[in-house]
Formats: sequence, C-alpha cells, structure tokens
Amino acid sequence: MAETTYLEAIRQALFEEMERDESVFILGEDIGAYGGAFKVTDGLLDRFGESRVIDTPISEAGFVGAAAGAAHMGMRPVVEMQFIDFISCAYDMLTNYVATSRYRAMLPCPIVVRGPSGGYVRGGPFHSQNPEAAFLHTPGLKIVYPATASDAKGLLKAAIRDDDPVLFFEHKYLYRRIKEDLPGGDHVVPIGKARVAREGKDLSIITYAATVWKALEAAEQLEKEDGLSVEILDLRSLLPMDDAAIVETVRKTNRVMVVHEDTRTGGVAGEVAARINEQAFEWLDAPILRVTAADVPLPYSPPLEDYVLPQTTDIVTVARKLAAY
Amino acid sequence: MARRAGPGAKGRGPGAVAGTRAAGDRSTPGVARGPRPSARLSRAQQLDLYYWMRLTRSLEERLVNLYRQTKVIGGLFRSLGQEADAVGSAFALERRDVLSPLIRNLGSMLVKGAKPVEIIRQYMAKGDSPTRGRELNIHYGDLDRGFIGQISHLGDMVPVMTGVTLSFKLRGEARVGLVYVGDGATSTGSFHEGLNFAAVQRCPLVVVVENNGYAYSTPLARQTAVTELKDKALAYGIPGVRADGNDVLAVFDVTKEAVDRARRGEGVTLIELMTYRRKGHAEHDNQSYVPAGEIERWEREDDPLDRYLRVLTAELEFDDAMIAAIDARVKDEIDAATDAAEASPMPEPTDALVGIYAEPALIEPLWYRAGVRSAVAAHERAAGWGTFHG
Repeated sequence: MAETTYLEAIRQALFEEMERDESVFILGEDIGAYGGAFKVTDGLLDRFGESRVIDTPISEAGFVGAAAGAAHMGMRPVVEMQFIDFISCAYDMLTNYVATSRYRAMLPCPIVVRGPSGGYVRGGPFHSQNPEAAFLHTPGLKIVYPATASDAKGLLKAAIRDDDPVLFFEHKYLYRRIKEDLPGGDHVVPIGKARVAREGKDLSIITYAATVWKALEAAEQLEKEDGLSVEILDLRSLLPMDDAAIVETVRKTNRVMVVHEDTRTGGVAGEVAARINEQAFEWLDAPILRVTAADVPLPYSPPLEDYVLPQTTDIVTVARKLAAY
Repeated sequence: MARRAGPGAKGRGPGAVAGTRAAGDRSTPGVARGPRPSARLSRAQQLDLYYWMRLTRSLEERLVNLYRQTKVIGGLFRSLGQEADAVGSAFALERRDVLSPLIRNLGSMLVKGAKPVEIIRQYMAKGDSPTRGRELNIHYGDLDRGFIGQISHLGDMVPVMTGVTLSFKLRGEARVGLVYVGDGATSTGSFHEGLNFAAVQRCPLVVVVENNGYAYSTPLARQTAVTELKDKALAYGIPGVRADGNDVLAVFDVTKEAVDRARRGEGVTLIELMTYRRKGHAEHDNQSYVPAGEIERWEREDDPLDRYLRVLTAELEFDDAMIAAIDARVKDEIDAATDAAEASPMPEPTDALVGIYAEPALIEPLWYRAGVRSAVAAHERAAGWGTFHG
C-alpha cells in the first residue's frame, strides 16, 4: 500500500466524511476550483459539487458564523482557514458565539475549523502562527493538533463527528514532509487521548505537532550520545487534555520537559506543568522544564526564525540538564 | 463576467468604463466636470509617471530573476498590468500625505519614496532591509516618507488609515490619507467598520479599491453580489466613483479630485479602479482558474505601460530618445540596487530579541540559549517547500 502524506490524509478524511454523511460540507477561501492554498481540498469540488464545496468571500467572521447557524440546523460544516493566522478575524464568533452556544442556549454547534498552522517555513509573522493557546482558555471549544498522517486523518474524522465545535490545527511544515501507511477501514482517533510516540524510562518529553518530530530527533541523539532513554508523549488533543497519559509518563520517568513551537508565556506548556504539579508532584525528581519559542512575533528571515523557534539542539540541551538534575 | 468581456477598442481600457465617453475624455462618471487635473501636469511630471511605472515593472522583473535563483525567501507578488493604478493614484498625493499600500502597490510605494534596494533586501530577508528581516516582501512602511506597512489580514488598514486621517482632522492639518484595498478585502468586516467610521467622522481619507478581477483564485462574482464596487459607497453615505485603472492619467485625475475634496474637509471618497491581475496571487500560482485567453487579451489590448507610451509619443509628442533614456536610467538603478542588496548581510540571529517593546528594548534570551548566537548552524532553504508561498 502506498504511503500517505499528512496532507493527503486530511483530504481523505474530508472525502470519506462527505461520502458518509450528506450533512458534511466545506467552506472557505479558494477551496473549490483552486483546491485551497495548499491543495488540501483538491478534487473535492469535482466529486461533491458547488453546493457542498463553497468558496467564500474574504470574511472569516462571516463564514464561521454561517457555519454555526448551519450546524444548529443539523449540518456538519467544516471551515477552512486559508492560513490559521486568519482565525483571529473570527475570534469573536468562535469565543463568544460558537463556544458558548451549547451551554447558554442548549444549541449544539458541531463545526470544525481547520487550517494550516505553524512555522519553520519562512512564512513570517502572518503565515506561521500557532494560535492554539488563544483558544485553550475558552471553555466549549475542543482543540486538536496532530503530528502524524494517521492522527491527522483519524482526528479529523472524529472532529467532524463530534457534537461540539473543534479547532483542528494542521502543521504546514508536515503537509508533505511526513507520510506513512494509514490503517484501513473507518480510521477514527478519539479526541482527548494522547499517544506515546516513543517509549523511554529516563525522562519524558511532552509535546505536540511539528515539535514531536524534533523531539524524536533529539531522543535519537540523546540515546546515542548520552545513553538516555527518552519517552515522548504526543498530546494530539490539547482540549480536552489527556491528564491520565500525562500523569502516567511522569510516574514512569519522574523527569519531564514540555516542548512546543508556540511562544512561551501563556502557552500550553504552562498548563501542562500546572496539571503535573497538581496531580503528580510527588512523582517528580526534577523541575518541569520548557522548550518553546521566544516571546517574539515570528520573524521571517531564516537566521531570525531559526533563533526564535525551538530547535532539536535546544531539546537536547534542556534534556541533558533535566537528566543531570 | 460580462464586465470583463473585453477591453475597449484600441486599448482604451475596460469597456464598462469607456462606455459612452468621447475619445480622449478621461473624465470619470460621477465626478464634477471641469479641467482635468492631469492637464496641469508639467512635462517633467508627465515623464515621471512613465518612470515610476517602468521602475515598478522592471524591478518586479528583476525580482523574478532573483526568485528563480532562489535568492528570494518566500513568495513573490507581482503587480504586472496594475502599475498605472498604483502609480497614478500615489502621484496625486503630496509629500505630507500618508498612504497605506497593499500587495500590488509597489508602484505607490516607489512614488512615496521607497527605494529599489529596500525592496530587494526585503525580498531577500536581509538584515539591513527596512524590517531587518522581520517581515516579508513589500510589507514595510516609513512615516517620514508617508507610507504605512500593511499586514496580511486584508481590510485591516482601512480602520488604521481612518485613525491616521482622524488625527489630521483633530489637529487641523491639511493632510490626506489614502488606503488601498483589493476587490476581495471589500468583503471584510474591517473594511466595513473602518470605512463607516471614517465616513461618519468625515475623515480626509481616500479609499482606492483596486478591482483586478480576482482575490487569489476567487472571481468578483463569488466575492460580492454587487457588480460595481463603487456602489458600496452608497452604504456609507459617501461618493463612489469608478475609473479606468489602466489609464494612468485617468487614475491621477480621479484620485486628485478625491484628494482635493478630502483636503477641503469634504470627507471620504471611494474610488474603484478597474484593472486586471495578469499574474497569479503569487509567483507559484499557475492561474488555472482563469478562462483561456483572458490574460493574453489584457496583455495585448490593455497594458498600462503600452497605453501610456502611446499617449506620451502620439499625444504629448515626447520623442523615443527621451523614453529610452528613462529605460536606461531604470535599468542602471535596478542593477545598482541588486548589487547592493546581494552584498547585504543576513540579520544577526539575536536581533530577533530586539524591539518587541519600547522598554525593555531587548528581551533576555531563553535560559538555554544564553550565550548562543545562532540556533542552527546553517540556514539553507528547506528542501521540500510544498506549495507554501505566502
């Protein structure tokens, strides 16, 4: 069986869900004839037609709000942000309307908002963002951010079937760089479950998205050069977060670092550290350390972007410090 | 798309604009009649318009060469076929006025004093570029020269320019602001909110909607149910006018009238300039969504430089040697700018930590980066760039 890229896995999930359920439709900018800025929706217009593959005007608040209304009426809209950086234009709609709709009005709002996220691509401050933390603080939303093609497919299918709104972040650096044999059949990955990406016993790296791959690189190096056995936990779902899996890895290795590409202050790592502090403090042999982007709007020039974003070498440096504590 | 059925005869611009006007009449329907402002341009100014358009086109052609040599980091955005709308409108401003360009407004920025070397350094992500490698392409500004850099979120510059011009009004300064948006940005909430506020406040603001037919791949008919974007002005209680965006003198005229009106304290004008985007959204875009023959027709019949050259030689009686001298000057300037930009250094990695706040001007590096000058040893262009081009 041919290997499937992360990008193709996302398209497969959209295709299969649209085949399975007529209430699923997609909307966003340039997703029809053009197939989307990254060609994620390529071919969907031909298969499903203009009524289910809708090119929108440039109006994120407008089409997210419209998705919410359609969802109230029993539809299952999947919204594409051309770049996830533009989700900020729909922040009001998502946080005030969509996220609260079940709680305040008993109105289900099963929409998915997905889009290319993340850096390492010289995209500059407006085509590289990781806005997950801006939404982590919003009860009512679910947030997933897969690192593998298999999870991209399975989590998107789960997101579309979920009865609540799900933000589905896709890492554009991974789109065509990673591929794997996907499980056959109706491959659905449950939201809220982390995945052990690598088994280890000396220390744990808790991470998600593109930095899972950087952590894997670092783990190889640490094993070879330091004889360290590194466990990597890929969160996959940020909201809800898999506390059980986090506690389990802490109890196993007793040394934890959290790695993410997003900026440091107010980021997901702080939340993970707080949960460990509350639920597994007794199991820690060292302080929880973070490897993140610096608190800087992401610059575009290669030396600057490389400096701001977390690199494999940073993970190695911090892991050594953690192991030696 | 009946509006795009074809440029008018003899390259007089889109038929919908040429309409019933007599040959040579560059007036715009809806604007008061009188002597055209362009009739008062000096001979030198008439040549300047050509110089700025030629510089815009040739500079972008040089950037294409650099892009193909992978010296441009990120996407390349062209304004081919739209040089007249950018140059003619910016030319209607005074030095003290402020404009906010969009991605097809390299020409406007050049008129406002942007230098070719700055543009090339920006595209090459150099450390001495105006944004020191922080922002891409023509995303930069300079208040001293009177232009404010855009961000990628479309429409956002409309409210910003409302505030810029509100400050002119509050301080009693006879200055004007001009903001460019594309046809696509007229769909955004920011466009609506900013324009509405400016109209209520009667800010000295000119809003130029460059209608080039496409927002990325989306044609106008999928962007809005209005057929003429100038009609959106009705919703704000301001005048809306439409002009041939590929006729640089017509662009100058319609903009100058709106600028004068703003300076007189009579408020906001919305101008729709009819033009056509002959290249894709960015250089990677193969324009597969464009109907066959459309691009070629605009190139053949409605190229803004060709059209103005005909005006210069046939109507204004400039000789070929004067045109050739400008072409040579442009080439020399671009050659020199390219050499200078290529010799420029990349940024120092730790410069990333400078200037996030006024105070502190420098943030501390993350603890594990203390003493580390660079995060990775080499900065090669990543191998698999996918289709990412901004």
